[in-house]
Amino acid sequence: MHRNQEAPLVEIRGLTVDFDGVRALHGIDLAIARGEAVGIVGESGCGKSVTWLAALGLLPARARVSGSVRLQGRELLGVPPAVLDEVRGRRIAMIFQDPASALNPVIRLGRQVGEALALHRGLGGAAIRAEARRLFELVGIPDASRRLDAYPHELSGGQNQRVMIAMALAGNPDLLVADEPTTALDATIQAQILDLLTLVRRETGMALVLISHDLGVIAETSDRVCVMYAGRMVEAGPAEAVFDEPLHPYAQGLLAALPPLDGPRRRLDPIPGTVPPPGNLPPGCSFAPRCPRRVPACDHVVPALSEKVPGWAAACIRAHGPAMADRRAVGA
Amino acid sequence: MLRFLLLRSGRALLTVALVVTFAFVVLRLSGDPALLIMSVDAPPEAIAAFRRAWGLDDPIWQQYLRYFGAIAQGELGQSMRDGRPAIELVAERIPATLALTLPALLIKLGLGIPAGIYAALHRDSAVDRLVMVAAVAGFTVPSFVLGLVLVLVFSVQLGWLPSGGQDGWLHAVLPTMTLGIGGAAVLARFTRSAMLEVLGQPYMRTASAKGLPWRRAVLSHALPNAAIPTVTIVGFMVGSLIAGAVVVESVFSWPGVGRLLVVAVSNRDLAVVQCILLLVAVTMVTANFVVDLMYGLLDPRLRSGAKGGH
Repeated sequence: MHRNQEAPLVEIRGLTVDFDGVRALHGIDLAIARGEAVGIVGESGCGKSVTWLAALGLLPARARVSGSVRLQGRELLGVPPAVLDEVRGRRIAMIFQDPASALNPVIRLGRQVGEALALHRGLGGAAIRAEARRLFELVGIPDASRRLDAYPHELSGGQNQRVMIAMALAGNPDLLVADEPTTALDATIQAQILDLLTLVRRETGMALVLISHDLGVIAETSDRVCVMYAGRMVEAGPAEAVFDEPLHPYAQGLLAALPPLDGPRRRLDPIPGTVPPPGNLPPGCSFAPRCPRRVPACDHVVPALSEKVPGWAAACIRAHGPAMADRRAVGA
Repeated sequence: MLRFLLLRSGRALLTVALVVTFAFVVLRLSGDPALLIMSVDAPPEAIAAFRRAWGLDDPIWQQYLRYFGAIAQGELGQSMRDGRPAIELVAERIPATLALTLPALLIKLGLGIPAGIYAALHRDSAVDRLVMVAAVAGFTVPSFVLGLVLVLVFSVQLGWLPSGGQDGWLHAVLPTMTLGIGGAAVLARFTRSAMLEVLGQPYMRTASAKGLPWRRAVLSHALPNAAIPTVTIVGFMVGSLIAGAVVVESVFSWPGVGRLLVVAVSNRDLAVVQCILLLVAVTMVTANFVVDLMYGLLDPRLRSGAKGGH
């Protein structure tokens, strides 16, 4: 599905995760190119965070991970912790949902950021402080030098998320994975943090994986979108195309449940039913029981993610190339 | 900070005053000291004279006020048994008690905290299970049973150590072990659960995600947080340095404060009992006060006053 000629920065193949014998992730394939912004969207529990926690070895020990995660061709799964420590923060950084609990409550913010600087940039003493202050200013923390000595509880959620971003930038990573970075924040702050992520990406040229259940958040920031459902990827393609005319009925349902940004107000249609629990998936397509376009065959085969249009894939036996795209092609 | 100190000091004083009052009430309710000390068949005039001498004839509230006023001035009364100042009797027992409880405290800290940390870091391993079984055993077996078992093994069977009395450091080994093992078990359990709680926090994942090696993440991110709840139980142990050995001192006939308390209670030697209770209250309250200060040092959320804390 990835059409860039250059070898991908990160390539995930057949990634599966089991928790206590229950499969949570059913073989994810995903490649991230240098500098690319990829949005991963889906309901909570669909495996979008687990994918990246597994890739970086951040899941608890009871999780069993298999498949392959390669960073510029180098395998990351099953390598010794010391190798992962070289990757985490330096090549791939990650920020999390609730910044207040993701920061250590008893350590000054400057020191928490400074740790990453000491680890990845070999800085020491005054250089750490100067660089930490520069990062704080870069991410737009007012009164940066005083904030270095503050503790997380003294800052707002949005400011703490900025600190998390500063910490992630400390190692000059090639990829930043932002796991629901705005979910715990107020709506106005959300927009600021998204703007900041876009700005930072433009300035550093790093790739960004933005994980969110919020389509609006993804639409604003991503070049490419992956839609996940019940531990599988069901659609992946260019952001504009997927938001315009999604191929997979689940992605269509997600958009139908979203209020339109412009145009007349319309009825919002929720997707009927609920996500099946991981331990009790239907035999065929996981989405079949909720799907408006279901046919008998859907109950028998798990549809593979396959390209319907070059660079645009969906895991649905009923999905074909979009009507609009064909017409556009004809009309042009 | 000053307000915090004043508030805590005020509360500490109030606690001590309540303990003093409680001691007075309970001891007066539990029997006539004159009859106990003089024995029942003493001549009535002698009993009356004893009562007059000790002020036991006065209305109870007068006795209370006098007693309270005396304590406020540091006057803790005299033993009704041998007429010596109660505080002197108690003070000369303190070194013997500390000779047991201080080494025991070191055992508790030196054994309990590392065992708890190790168990938490290797959760569900064989060592973790062993630590937990030992901790539950140490926690549930009463100290007099543990003491007697140790005597049975090391004194009676093996003949390595004396079973009681105070004659050289060898005599202190068994009572110290009895105190230390039980406390270490409690502390191991507490430390383990505090560590497990902290290890599951999102900020530990953040520490790993930024590339901090696990060992360093544990040392610099987990331990300072796990120390906060652990300080509570350590504070309690420090607070019971004086009075935490009542049972063990009795089992091993160790002449410490605890033994003196048992003897004084059975003799209704009011001044001595009150003096010990006051001492216990003061140590406990002081330890709690220090714990509160430690919280402030360990947890910046508490330091910044009422607006802190999540």
